[in-house]
Amino acid sequence: MLNWLWAGMMLVSIAAGAINGRLPEVTGALLQGGGAAITLSLTLGGAMCLWGGIMRVAEKGGLTEAVSRVLAPVMRLLFPGLDPTGPACRAMLMNMAANFLGLGNAATPLGLKAMEELQKSNPDPTTASNHMVTFVVLNTASIQLIPTTVATLRLKYGAAAPLDILPAVWMTSFSAAAVGILLSRVYGGLFRRKAGEGKRLSAAGGRARRRTV
Amino acid sequence: MGIADILSVWAVPVFVAAVLAVGLIKRVPVFDEFTAGAGDGIRTCVKVLPSLVALMTAVSMLQASGLLEQITSLIAPAADRLGLPAPVLPMALMRPVSGSGSLAVLENILRQYGTDSLAGRVACVMQSSTETTFYTIAVYFGAVGIKRTRHTLATSVSADLAGVILSALAVRLLMG
Repeated sequence: MLNWLWAGMMLVSIAAGAINGRLPEVTGALLQGGGAAITLSLTLGGAMCLWGGIMRVAEKGGLTEAVSRVLAPVMRLLFPGLDPTGPACRAMLMNMAANFLGLGNAATPLGLKAMEELQKSNPDPTTASNHMVTFVVLNTASIQLIPTTVATLRLKYGAAAPLDILPAVWMTSFSAAAVGILLSRVYGGLFRRKAGEGKRLSAAGGRARRRTV
Repeated sequence: MGIADILSVWAVPVFVAAVLAVGLIKRVPVFDEFTAGAGDGIRTCVKVLPSLVALMTAVSMLQASGLLEQITSLIAPAADRLGLPAPVLPMALMRPVSGSGSLAVLENILRQYGTDSLAGRVACVMQSSTETTFYTIAVYFGAVGIKRTRHTLATSVSADLAGVILSALAVRLLMG
């Protein structure tokens, strides 16, 4: 899926750039995209280290386990079959907490940690498990208590009450997340057979292939 | 701004202080554990870099090509029927692929139409309740080497679409 999406985006951009007479701009973007990504990952790198370290201290101190015990019913509902106080759920909870509080820089490293934990119980390491899909969809739905960036912008452009949008934001993000979780179950059923085939294939050929590589 | 100020000032320091205090009380070697975790962090960062380069290149090419503007004018009539004001359409298209891009569009809308216009409000709600979907998918799955994302994209894009339509609905419903 990502193969087609990625190549498709580039091909469509080149075609549209040619038609619109903006090919030089498209070429410029092509050549500079890598540099921008390196800059971003350097910025992100510091946050990754910081939150990776803090998270590990919280883990060792038993803090994340305490949180996961309180929220176990929620996790059982969202991720059926997964140990609600296990390492994967603990990391996911920390990620959701960071998102909820609007700490985007902290949420990404915690989320990646959660993905690594989920990968450990994934039967086929090249195919996404249902839990991974649900988790990523939850992250793309962006549930947050207070959208600080937008509130700052609203203040800057003269809103009398910058936070008057909050009820609408909450209503929208919770309903969109609910739609996402519901659809991930529905689509998950549709995509199951394909994934099952992949699982069988890798179970049969995985060992042999690894030996030849 | 009361709650937002309090939260943005206190959330991080209080959390870090609590983690360190609990760690010390439980006799965790906090410095050693922190550096171990930080090492994991930088490894993750390196692992994510290739997918980040791939995605950001494609996204900035898409932005430079002028295609988004064309799609906007194409779908404006249909969006109007869903109650979406025309000025927010470029943002709805930009939001899943680029956070900074959609933020720039949002600033434009606020400057042109004002914060308390329908377009301004819908745009703010949209920016707050959706995410840079493609970035999240590429980075999260790229970090663990997942190649087949199955129904992730279909689900996220559907949820995004729901978010876009709902943001217009919520503003009309709750802010009259």
